[in-house]
Amino acid sequence: MLAFLVQTLRIAVPYLFAAAGGIVSERAGIIALTLEGFMLTGAFCAALGSFYSGSPWVGIVAGVFGGVLAALLHALATIRYRADQVVVGIAMNLLAVGVTRFFLRLAFDSSSNSPRVPGFGGAEIASGVLGTLANPLVWMGLITMALVGWTLYRTPFGLRVRAAGEKPEAAASVGVPVRRVRWLAVALSGVCASLGGVYLALDQHQFTDGMTAGRGFIALAAVIFGKWDPKRVTIACFLFAAAETMQIRLQALQLVPSQFVEMIPYVLTIVALAGVVGRAVQPAALGKAVD
Amino acid sequence: MTGTPPDATAERRQRWRERIEESILPPLVALTIAAVVGDLLIITFGQAPGEVYRQLLEGTWGNAYGFGQVIYKATTLTFTGLAVALGIRAGLFNIGAESQLAAGGFAAALAGLAIPGATPGIIAVIICIVAAALGGGAVGAVPGVLRARFGASEVIVTIMLNFIVLALLNYFVATHLAVAETLHTREINAGKLARLADMSPLFSGSAANMTLLLAIAVAGAVWWYLFRTRAGYELRAVGLQPDAAEYGGVRVGNVWAKTMIVSGALAGLGGINYVLGYKHYYEEGFGAGSGFLGIAVALVGRNHPVGVVIAALLFATLSQGGLAVNALVPKQMVDVLTAVVIIAVATAVPEVRRALAASRRREPGTGNREPFIANPGPSSQFPVPTSQQ
Repeated sequence: MLAFLVQTLRIAVPYLFAAAGGIVSERAGIIALTLEGFMLTGAFCAALGSFYSGSPWVGIVAGVFGGVLAALLHALATIRYRADQVVVGIAMNLLAVGVTRFFLRLAFDSSSNSPRVPGFGGAEIASGVLGTLANPLVWMGLITMALVGWTLYRTPFGLRVRAAGEKPEAAASVGVPVRRVRWLAVALSGVCASLGGVYLALDQHQFTDGMTAGRGFIALAAVIFGKWDPKRVTIACFLFAAAETMQIRLQALQLVPSQFVEMIPYVLTIVALAGVVGRAVQPAALGKAVD
Repeated sequence: MTGTPPDATAERRQRWRERIEESILPPLVALTIAAVVGDLLIITFGQAPGEVYRQLLEGTWGNAYGFGQVIYKATTLTFTGLAVALGIRAGLFNIGAESQLAAGGFAAALAGLAIPGATPGIIAVIICIVAAALGGGAVGAVPGVLRARFGASEVIVTIMLNFIVLALLNYFVATHLAVAETLHTREINAGKLARLADMSPLFSGSAANMTLLLAIAVAGAVWWYLFRTRAGYELRAVGLQPDAAEYGGVRVGNVWAKTMIVSGALAGLGGINYVLGYKHYYEEGFGAGSGFLGIAVALVGRNHPVGVVIAALLFATLSQGGLAVNALVPKQMVDVLTAVVIIAVATAVPEVRRALAASRRREPGTGNREPFIANPGPSSQFPVPTSQQ
């Protein structure tokens, strides 16, 4: 039972990071299709930083730096130049795949993976209960989500973020610098989502091509299924992670084909959007550019 | 003085100049941005940009095999590009072309496996084509109906559906249909299409096949549908102003549902190219991103069937060209370039337009960006020519 919970936690951490970023971005009105790309960039930069410095902490800093850089490019296109958020969002993900592959060849002369990089603890210890609890990124994941919730509902900045996502014109009319708030929110989402990728790279002690494997979209599914509310989104992240853990643990029994377990987050999201039980309603100005 | 008064002529000339500026400047700016990024990447890798571009062209349009491969890839991209373009014309963003394409190919393979080998060629081909359209259309129906009935964002639904459908197809193939030790089905019994290489040395050794003709015919059909039929007029009206269209008597929900089904069917037809024309079986992951590239194709092709065909050739050239230059620079460079082209076009086109408009001291066209859920009309970001024909 304890092993099950710990494994669920380990799987949930990248979802928590990315979903926290997704909440900030979407509540500010910027569609978070880019989480996957931010994660992948973060994972690659973390592997790069950790490899060349020998310290996972430098890896964290490098990963966040890469994620923020990607986020700023996204903000430049969608906020400064008011380009369509969906188009640029999709392109950002393609860009992350291309750029990480290109520099994987350039830096490590490989098309599949980086060499082993320092992470937190040895690989054998890290997968155990103690190793998981000793990994600072696990704690950071839990704290990040709580911090996002607190910021969103308890600080003036959070109020501005929500205003920018719901009624940007009204916010602007009372002096909220909507564009600047959105810039900050997208940058923050880059920080959070890239940490999810950083966790993956340092946990597996290497970067592998396309290692985020759709986790950014599962995080987006969690954001929508959790109705853009940090508490519910946290529950959704753990729910999706628990389903995955079950699937891994029951794999030997072959009760349910793994493909059906993979579908769970996506099916639930579509059900939530269709409004069969408690319709998910997105921020009113999501996807809407401001002048 | 006979004919038009001089100021009318001047005005017409002025309008022509503006139209040319508007259609040439934005892509030029986007292309320049992409070229600069491409040069930087090539220099980073320690190569000479000129040499890389020369090899890229030589490996694609410069020899029969490369040319044929470009044609083959452009064929699939034409279908997915048309699928995305049709959706955008109706104000819908179909990001599900990837899974619709896979479902179409899967359905075509199923049909080809189910019919007896003695079926006359033309009938077998027609059955498989219909199956492909139905397969893709069925996947497209889900976001279409959910959008029409519940207002569910088709962007999210199609993204989520990509994962669901691809996982489902994986399951069917892996557990029931695959030839042992592979990820593909048996070869279809009937319905194979001829390779162009068998007819002309122009395509020597390449995968290009008769599906090319189907792609061109379908592009023509989409043009005719959009600009020459009542349904197409309604579709465009819904895309530009759903509220006005509704007020004018168009049943917007029906148009959305119908458009997504047709869009899915178009993407599904792309599966023909691989299943009937190339390998003659369904293989996991045969789409290889062609569905997502369809978004780029539609965007660069400005959602016009003719533009889509041209843009499909452009991106097919990039994709095939990546393989041609792989010895000099990683082929992943073209993935980066593709993304940069999309971002540059999405950013530069509206921006240059605004700048042009501002320089003519007009009201900059910026006031009508709406949230996509409340007003799904293509935001002014999309280069939708409003007064075609």
